[in-house]
Amino acid sequence: MLEIKNLHANIDDHEILRGIDLKIGPGEVHSIMGKNGSGKSTLASVLAGNDNYEVTQGEITFNGKDLLELAPEERAWEGIFLAFQYPVEIPGVATSYFLKAALNAMRKSKGLPEIEAAEFLDMVREKAAMVALDEKLMTRAINEGFSGGEKKRNEVFQMAMMEPKLAILDETDSGLDIDALRIVADGINKLRSPERSFIVVTHYHRMLEYIEPDFVHVLDRGRIVRSGGKALAVELEAKGYKGLLADAGETIAS
Amino acid sequence: MMAELPTTKTNDSRWRERFAARGADWLKDVREAAMSRFEAMGFPTTRDEEWRYTNLAPLEGVPFASPVAMSANDLSEEALAAFYFDGDAGARALFVNGVFQADRSDLSGLPAGVRVMSLGSAMDTHRELIEPHLAKHADYRESAVCALNTALFEDGALVHIDRGVVTDKPIHLVFVATGGEVPTAVFPRNLVIAEENSKSRIVVTYAGVWAGTYLTNGVTEIVAKENAVVDHYQVQRESPDTYHLSTRQVYLARSGNVSSHTLAFGGRLVRNDINALLDGEGANCMFNGLSVLRESQHVDNHLRVDHAKPHCNSWEFFKGIYDDHSRGVFTGRIIVREDAQKTDAKQSNMNLLLSKDAMIDTKPQLEILADDVKCTHGATVGQLDDEAIFYLRSRGVSEEAARSLLIYAFAGESVGQVRIASLRDKLQALLSSRLAYGESLTFGRPFEYSDDFADVVRHADRRRET
Repeated sequence: MLEIKNLHANIDDHEILRGIDLKIGPGEVHSIMGKNGSGKSTLASVLAGNDNYEVTQGEITFNGKDLLELAPEERAWEGIFLAFQYPVEIPGVATSYFLKAALNAMRKSKGLPEIEAAEFLDMVREKAAMVALDEKLMTRAINEGFSGGEKKRNEVFQMAMMEPKLAILDETDSGLDIDALRIVADGINKLRSPERSFIVVTHYHRMLEYIEPDFVHVLDRGRIVRSGGKALAVELEAKGYKGLLADAGETIAS
Repeated sequence: MMAELPTTKTNDSRWRERFAARGADWLKDVREAAMSRFEAMGFPTTRDEEWRYTNLAPLEGVPFASPVAMSANDLSEEALAAFYFDGDAGARALFVNGVFQADRSDLSGLPAGVRVMSLGSAMDTHRELIEPHLAKHADYRESAVCALNTALFEDGALVHIDRGVVTDKPIHLVFVATGGEVPTAVFPRNLVIAEENSKSRIVVTYAGVWAGTYLTNGVTEIVAKENAVVDHYQVQRESPDTYHLSTRQVYLARSGNVSSHTLAFGGRLVRNDINALLDGEGANCMFNGLSVLRESQHVDNHLRVDHAKPHCNSWEFFKGIYDDHSRGVFTGRIIVREDAQKTDAKQSNMNLLLSKDAMIDTKPQLEILADDVKCTHGATVGQLDDEAIFYLRSRGVSEEAARSLLIYAFAGESVGQVRIASLRDKLQALLSSRLAYGESLTFGRPFEYSDDFADVVRHADRRRET
């Protein structure tokens, strides 16, 4: 489904990603872990098409298409969804209006007519309930005045609305208390399916207790230094990045 | 001893000839004084601090003629309907080149106690109503532009709301200029008198049909007597080659409440002088504005809010969206007189530059002579937020649509202040038509969101029930 080969990316001439290779199949959940500054969020942003980052080398194919050729909206139409680490506040645009605009843009790209008001409403109610998001937030400007938890739940809610093929969750767990984390994780688990893949970017093992990954990758200085099953997350929790990276260093060196 | 005013500064004989052609009436002395005052001052130049960024030099030497006699029958209903909005029928007065068109106006729906008539004819028939106010508020001694209108105006609207009359139904005054083969000048003049405890809504549209250069120099005086509420809108949709100079003078007596909205879309060179005198305790004045400019349009909003009495509030809330080479000017002068304790004056000017060639000059001017007051002002100049654009695009919204949505949202706060729903719809449609991706924005309203979603809910629930 997704194949990343030797991906290098810069921001302001600083190289952040220094040769990422990653393959993700349908229905798989991959967790990307790593310290601050290891390049996790950069990878998520590059996949979504944020042009603050310059891809200098490598390729990304998504369902056979060259992703790097596509604009951010075209990637969304292809089924890529990024849940932002820091969701943007957009004053003056009502969440419900924005959702309808987004949904209709997605439908248009598939040659479908605009969504019916009643159908839209049912969908909003169902998906909002999934992440216990107050329906009243729909009438407010996007993320404006939302609490940290509401912003993150709004991201997962949007994900549920968009029904992506590949969902990238960029530190969706950060800033959530334990109850909110459970709600968000439950919501994500409900969206898991044999066709839908996930990239879960996180600092902490905590999130992965709820969302069981099929694969765990540890990122350090722009490269994947260890890959493994969910046991790797447990090992990481025990040893810490320092311990794990010391081992990895040996592996790489040998 | 008063200094002798120079008798002539300008050898601008274009206007004197036209003045001489005017018939005599009880206003003759005022008109003569205004004509002389204009001749003494001439059009302001950029050396004048209040006109520093707006250059009227292009007006010099243009042989502006009186517009040819034009009747509304020369204009198709479709051409005019473009400037109407649903909900104004029944109280609409049409003026073509400044002259009232009774047969194409519809004033049948006016409630009892509300008069809307040609100011030109009312000067003969309703002198007692007009004389205490006309040219008493808009100061022709200080402003050459206002002086020229005072000397030369022929017609416009008299709107009179009787004591205690309350109406939400908008009164729409439509001023259509036709332009022509030679440049013309029109001088519309409006007088709005809101008596004690009345409540009214007035929309003034300035619009151009056909092409050609013309000058509109309009003056509107609004008098809100004790406890009167006036909700006023000026919608400016002049032709692209137009000079539009307008003066608005709001007078507020005790507990008077006036909101006045300035919505500028058209014209080439536009100057709005928007003034208020808060002359009674507890008066409230709100000036809301939105300018949406492109190409080489220039709009100068020049506000002067004069707090003369204590316990008054004023709000100024002006936004501008500038594309291409367009240019905006905002000056917000707030005067708080010595007696005007407990004044609360707020001013905000927010600007969105969509092109690197667009420009805005914004300047607050506070003159505060009282010591127990609250005055705040703020100005912002910015571009569209790249992060917000990316966020929207990542959800499948195209770049153009994302930009349009953000511009629309920026304007939304101003348009949202418009309290006449059908006028608001009209303005939103106008705004969408200005945006690259306007069409996709017609299926809902990004602002008014509280109503929007609630409407969807109600509508959908109703459908389910049936």
